[in-house]
Amino acid sequence: MAEKKATRLAYGEALRELGSNEKIVALDGDVSTCTMSVLFGEKYPERFYNVGIAEANMIGMAAGLSTLGYIPFAHAFAAFMAGRGFDQIRNSVCYPHLNVKCVGTHAGLSVGEDGATHQCIEDIALMRSIPGMVVICPSDAPETAAAAKAVAEYEGPVYLRLGRLPVETVTDIEGYQFEIGKSVMLRNGKDVTIIAVGLMVPEAVKAAELLKEKGIEARVLDMHTIKPIDKEAIIAAVKETGCIVTAEEHNVLGGLGSAVAEVMAENCPAPVEFVGVKDCFGRSGNALKLLEMYHLTAEDISAAAEKAISRKK
Amino acid sequence: MEAEKKRFLEKTAQQIRITGLEMVKTARSGHIGGAFSMSEIMSVLYFDQMNIRPEDPSWEDRDRFVLSKGHCTVALYPTLALRGFFDRSLLDTFRRADGHLSGHAEMHHVPGVDMSTGSLGQGFSVAVGMAQGAKTAGKDFFIYSVMGDGEIQEGQIWEASMYAGAHQLDNLIAIVDSNKVQLDGTVKEILDTGDLAAKWESFGFFVQSIDGHNVEEITAAVERAKAQKGKPSMIIANTVKGKGISFMEGKHEWHGKTPNDEQFEMAFKELYARMKELED
Repeated sequence: MAEKKATRLAYGEALRELGSNEKIVALDGDVSTCTMSVLFGEKYPERFYNVGIAEANMIGMAAGLSTLGYIPFAHAFAAFMAGRGFDQIRNSVCYPHLNVKCVGTHAGLSVGEDGATHQCIEDIALMRSIPGMVVICPSDAPETAAAAKAVAEYEGPVYLRLGRLPVETVTDIEGYQFEIGKSVMLRNGKDVTIIAVGLMVPEAVKAAELLKEKGIEARVLDMHTIKPIDKEAIIAAVKETGCIVTAEEHNVLGGLGSAVAEVMAENCPAPVEFVGVKDCFGRSGNALKLLEMYHLTAEDISAAAEKAISRKK
Repeated sequence: MEAEKKRFLEKTAQQIRITGLEMVKTARSGHIGGAFSMSEIMSVLYFDQMNIRPEDPSWEDRDRFVLSKGHCTVALYPTLALRGFFDRSLLDTFRRADGHLSGHAEMHHVPGVDMSTGSLGQGFSVAVGMAQGAKTAGKDFFIYSVMGDGEIQEGQIWEASMYAGAHQLDNLIAIVDSNKVQLDGTVKEILDTGDLAAKWESFGFFVQSIDGHNVEEITAAVERAKAQKGKPSMIIANTVKGKGISFMEGKHEWHGKTPNDEQFEMAFKELYARMKELED
């Protein structure tokens, strides 16, 4: 695995590059040096609006800007984008299906020391419940850059979920291509499939290595788009590996695991294990320590995989 | 203002009310109170002040209008139909499951609606975003937004106001339809919003308080707002909820209630009587 880089940083650089398109504008709720939208703002100050600590107004303004033909990218921490901004995203962005990109950074427990108020573990559930919303959570820096480009090209509302921590690159595989709604198979295997998003993708790859030592061959799917979800890949995974583990830095209720289980229940029932936050709030502490405490590591994924395999008939 | 123009704008406002009440009667549903308080405002904006092309509703350089009090489609849709954005027969589909004129303002199916609204407090931010975007693009059209005086209890209104004032969005002309009544009672009873003029002045707005049923005052205020440089405008239009129907005026019960047959009859009678006065 290559160098570590935070998805928010890769995103900021990508947005700056996308700025050559004069239709792209960016808004930020006074956290631009954290969301990294500052990189766009420094290069294109005339198309960058720091709206102050007012996320509701920011989303409404983004909606207004989009009606004039702009492609607005609005930025805040995930907790305040998807949480505080839910009503505005629902009514001012998604109901009229406007071309607004809502970027929530610092998602999940890995915000670390800032604690539970800032650790958004509900955003995937909230955003995917809104009709017409696309929900994307890239796994590493290169995938984030590719996602940002795809999101800019896509016409319609998108929620892009990013993390604070530097993460290893796992998508440096041959023939890699980013396409909204199309998952990426990072490892192939026949015994179990691990479907992961965000920083849990590198953990899933590590889990596959751990399982290999035990003679278990795990497939790893990077499900960067949670909505619309890649049904075909899930159905194929069940058919070919017989059981599933989902892994996300999000509440196990309503997130990736639920989205995968919905597809399975309807098309291909099979054992599934959910690695995620078990319906509880996070706490203040070192990010890596928290991931251990809340059972969001490669070891936890590996154990879940063994359990899923044991449940196969 | 010429007497003829004044009479025309007054009659148009009254026609908006009559058409609105017909819509509500057909649909057996709709918000009358807050629509009737803003009828003169709509008449002046759409029939005198706004730079629009009904035959080309998405004309890039048109003035924009955001109905932040999105429930008052009983004023907006008749205005658009009377102005020629769409055929009046469409009004018969108001609030019908098989129609396109939804209860709250909807931009994609109704020609002339610049933004979908309904969740109070949100439309004004959209208008501020449009105003900011017009500035960035170097366009010189105006953005109008009408909000309710109950609606401004939503905190988002003040977030948007703070931005518009701080960024001197002088292409933004906001109007508060200050009819003093909200769903549950009077604004004073429910949550007194205090001195509105002082509030918006402190946010950096050019504030004017007017009689919101006087078409001359509305026209003059909008013209002064257009001429104002360096500040967004707030026009506090003092109005009467349910204006034009005696048994509805000032009554919170008529925020969203549908009249019965007898009440419809009385209401139409009063509206037509006033129209006759204006025509004579």
